[in-house]
Amino acid sequence: MSPTVAVVGASLAGLSAARALRAQSYGGRIVVIGDEVHAPYDRPPLSKGFLAGTASLDDIALSAPDDEDLGLEWRLGTPAVGLDRLGRSVLLDDGSEVRADGVVLATGARARRLPGSEGLAGVHVLRSLDDALALREDLAAGGRLVVIGAGFIGAEVASTARRLGLEVTVVETQPVPLAGPLGAEMGAVCAELHADHGTRLLTGTGVAGLAGTGRVEAVELTDGTRLPTDVVVVGIGAAPNTEWLAHSGVALGNGALGNGVLTDERGATNIPGVVAVGDCAAAWSAPAERHVRTEHWTTALEQPATAVATLLGAGEPAPTPVPYFWSDQYGARIQFAGSRREGDVARVVEGSCADRSFLVAYERDGEPVAVLGMNQPRLFTRWRRQLRSPVPTPC
Amino acid sequence: MIPVCPTTALPPGEAIRVEADEPIAVFNVDGDFYAIDDTCTHQDASLADGWLDGCAVECPLHASCFDLRTGKVSGPPAKIPVRTHRVVVQDGMVYVQPGTPADGAA
Ligand SMILES: Cc1cc2nc3c(=O)[nH]c(=O)nc-3n(C[C@H](O)[C@H](O)[C@H](O)COP(=O)(O)OP(=O)(O)OC[C@H]3O[C@@H](n4cnc5c(N)ncnc54)[C@H](O)[C@@H]3O)c2cc1C
Ligand code: FES
Repeated sequence: MSPTVAVVGASLAGLSAARALRAQSYGGRIVVIGDEVHAPYDRPPLSKGFLAGTASLDDIALSAPDDEDLGLEWRLGTPAVGLDRLGRSVLLDDGSEVRADGVVLATGARARRLPGSEGLAGVHVLRSLDDALALREDLAAGGRLVVIGAGFIGAEVASTARRLGLEVTVVETQPVPLAGPLGAEMGAVCAELHADHGTRLLTGTGVAGLAGTGRVEAVELTDGTRLPTDVVVVGIGAAPNTEWLAHSGVALGNGALGNGVLTDERGATNIPGVVAVGDCAAAWSAPAERHVRTEHWTTALEQPATAVATLLGAGEPAPTPVPYFWSDQYGARIQFAGSRREGDVARVVEGSCADRSFLVAYERDGEPVAVLGMNQPRLFTRWRRQLRSPVPTPC
Repeated sequence: MIPVCPTTALPPGEAIRVEADEPIAVFNVDGDFYAIDDTCTHQDASLADGWLDGCAVECPLHASCFDLRTGKVSGPPAKIPVRTHRVVVQDGMVYVQPGTPADGAA
């Protein structure tokens, strides 16, 4: 029988792994297993253009015409439920199994839900295409929206809903939104976009519960405030989809890491022939001196090339990518690259926060370690490149 | 033909955006000039803001790379090539001919 690689998870990281296998001259079978019935699609537009109705299903499809030539065998709509201890067979929920010589774990993450919100109509999370379709339908009715969590996805949903004409309130437990990724100072600057565009932002207050029978009627806050509403979006982060690996022997992180699949810098897990990539993977980071689960689109796109090389036995040194993500809110383009830590000093190097157009460098011991741009794509790109010291290629 | 700028105003490694019916990005790669559609085929980034790497430009938003000579895209997320436009250099001025593909482009 010809050699087989099973890719579990049919989204950005899984498709990128399949493409990388072919790009690296792997000629065997590639079976791509996905629990969603949809062909791979792009998630970032789900809170932006797709939710607003300006991007279509076609626009967000990930597959390109050239992908036809990859010769992939798709098992869509079929969740994987287990991996045998040698990592040589993936068990599917329809009782079948896929025998494989190599396995790529790319099962991503799912949105965390608010305990007690199950079964209440009008309460949404946003992770999948189906989530986005359901939310879009509810938003189309107009009215009031409460977004729980002022992270990037929460902020983008708030922005899109404002554009659709809803009355929007965002509730955040932390005193300053986005302080984790951006630091308190710049988190506060980005959060001003809400007020600029007529979204009410309530910080430093938790959610006590949701009121309503059958359908949500209000969000009750820990400070006693009651926010009557028609729709609620819960944007309180994501948890990696790794429960199905519980008895596989694959090493998973502990709670603080969110149970991601532990890998080395090259994507290798503790089981030979099994690699992990994208949102489900907590890869060792030498600069951070710990495993880091990066939930960025660009990581899910780029990491698979290295992991696949590991799987195929190539031994080049692991690249040291500079983490990068973007967010589009209220027409503002936010971009961030690098690794920021508490204590790094944020310095405006171009533009001004008041103009909502700036470039900020985060410095540690006088050296830039990260960069944040708002509406400064050209300058941002140059700074981002400096962080990763470019190697020019001749024509 | 649309005048772009004097050659001296566009040094090697730089790019400029030219307003036309569809905006055009003109690049100087080590003294050779190339012109392609400025708007990325993925979303709405301006490719003149991108990173020039040899004869390719990397989109400033999600990093799809376009070959300046052919307009071909070499990696996701963009799926569609950009159009190329012929560049003419005359008497120290750079001009583009919108809609006329560059010589040698597919
Ligand atoms: C609404 C939204 C907006 C975003 N916006 C941005 C942005 O602006 N910028 C940015 O950098 N990033 C953004 N992201 C993050 C980015 O989309 C993710 O980092 C990326 O999708 C990760 O890709 P992945 O393939 O690792 O995981 P996923 O995209 O989560 O895909 C994993 C796939 O595996 C499937 N799966 C799970 N368990 C199983 C199983 N047991 N068997 C089979 N299949 C399984 C899942 O259903 C899913 O289809 C956004 C994410 C969301 C949800
Ligand atoms: S806008 Fe250019 S790659 Fe996305």
